[in-house]
Amino acid sequence: MSPRVTAAVAARVLTQLRHDPRTLALLIVVPALLITLLRYLFDGRPQEFDAVGAPLVGLFPLLSMFLVSSITVLRERTSGTLERLLTMPIAKLDILGGYGLAFAGLAAIQAAVVSVVAFGLLGLDVAGSAWAVGALAVANALLGMALGLLVSAFAATEFQAVQFLPAVVLPQLLLCGLFVPREGMAAALRVAADALPLTYAYDSLHRVAADGALGGRGTLDVAVIAGAIVLALALGALTLRRRTA
Amino acid sequence: MTAIAIRDLVIRRGGRDVVRCPALDVEGGAVTGLMGPSGCGKTTLMRAIVGVQRIAGGDVRVLGRPAGSAGLRARVGYMTQAPSVYGDLTVRENLRFFARALGASEAKVDEAIDAVAVPARAGQVVRDLSGGERARVSLAAVLLGEPELLVLDEPTVGLDPVLRVELWRLFGRLAAEGRTLLVSSHSLEEARHCDRLLLMRDGEILVADTPDGLRRRTGHENLEDAFVALVTERRPVRA
Repeated sequence: MSPRVTAAVAARVLTQLRHDPRTLALLIVVPALLITLLRYLFDGRPQEFDAVGAPLVGLFPLLSMFLVSSITVLRERTSGTLERLLTMPIAKLDILGGYGLAFAGLAAIQAAVVSVVAFGLLGLDVAGSAWAVGALAVANALLGMALGLLVSAFAATEFQAVQFLPAVVLPQLLLCGLFVPREGMAAALRVAADALPLTYAYDSLHRVAADGALGGRGTLDVAVIAGAIVLALALGALTLRRRTA
Repeated sequence: MTAIAIRDLVIRRGGRDVVRCPALDVEGGAVTGLMGPSGCGKTTLMRAIVGVQRIAGGDVRVLGRPAGSAGLRARVGYMTQAPSVYGDLTVRENLRFFARALGASEAKVDEAIDAVAVPARAGQVVRDLSGGERARVSLAAVLLGEPELLVLDEPTVGLDPVLRVELWRLFGRLAAEGRTLLVSSHSLEEARHCDRLLLMRDGEILVADTPDGLRRRTGHENLEDAFVALVTERRPVRA
């Protein structure tokens, strides 16, 4: 692995996004608009906005990075550029690291904008620091990127890749506890929720929002997220085959 | 010097042998043309030489090492048949990326753009270029790394005759610098630009010879006629 090559890949991914200003604008504006929508949905119940708002601010980047990375990497697979990269003196880790760096940077901008809107303009109130929410948002973006990269191996077309969002991410979002407390779910679903990374992403955000600090359990949540990122990237690396049939 | 040595190579796809190559040596420092009709296995053979093709058996050695080994990646440049460049980047952005990834200097980018004759298009997004122009950008990306062996899959397809001749001249210059080029084409018209020829059909190399050797062997001055004569003889010749 070499910092030069990793930086080159990251710069290239960002240049590709720069050539698509509409996608960039959507990535940055849509979460801010949705959180605004949420604020006025809960117009008469500010406590509930506080309870739901912070987890959503932290989970938006996961959704968008999942989509953007699964399609960018799918394009790389189908256009033959991935095959070319793999014939060059480039480590797979450089490719993964480059994508990670680029999308983390983008997620940081996205999280910053939605945080400023939510905390600054809409009066979202959390017990912990808004910075912690932002940092978790970037971590979640990396998780979304790693998952997107992995599922791109199972999609042959962009239509299929888009369908992986409702197939892979939506069930996790339903099970994580954001909509319904996990204690009230069927036992089997609770077990499933415990095995899914988004549950830990939600828990860590919830802890910062409600308790004000991560604490011991929250630190464990973050460790699980980190583990899930590494695992998804490792599995993703396995799908980057230098030799194919 | 032998740049590529193949022994007992078999490549199977869907239960069928798509390439069989009992023995083949490709000379270094020369332009070798891999000629044959579409679908005869040229791309598959090239992929095996680059080391991206799963093989059923045999041995492929490139520059003295097993094909596809990590140490070869900086020494072998591969241009795929479909232009593998980023459609949403400009010509220059594409080449700058490949140059950085390969550790080549910025000056090499301009050199490569000039070499494949796309300077007027350097600022244009690759998606908006014609097929032939895109292929040339893809070729330029291979040149950046200054590889010892260039494996080029149909680099001249869809180009006008003037450009085609220019590219073959470029290949000749690269060979004169001591590089080895394996260039595929389905057009036998281009065979005359090669130092050596491999004629392929139905997954097998029918003959490996120089253009003059082929003319002598068949008694045909025109290489296309020579190829037809060889195929209709139906007698695989091993060189």
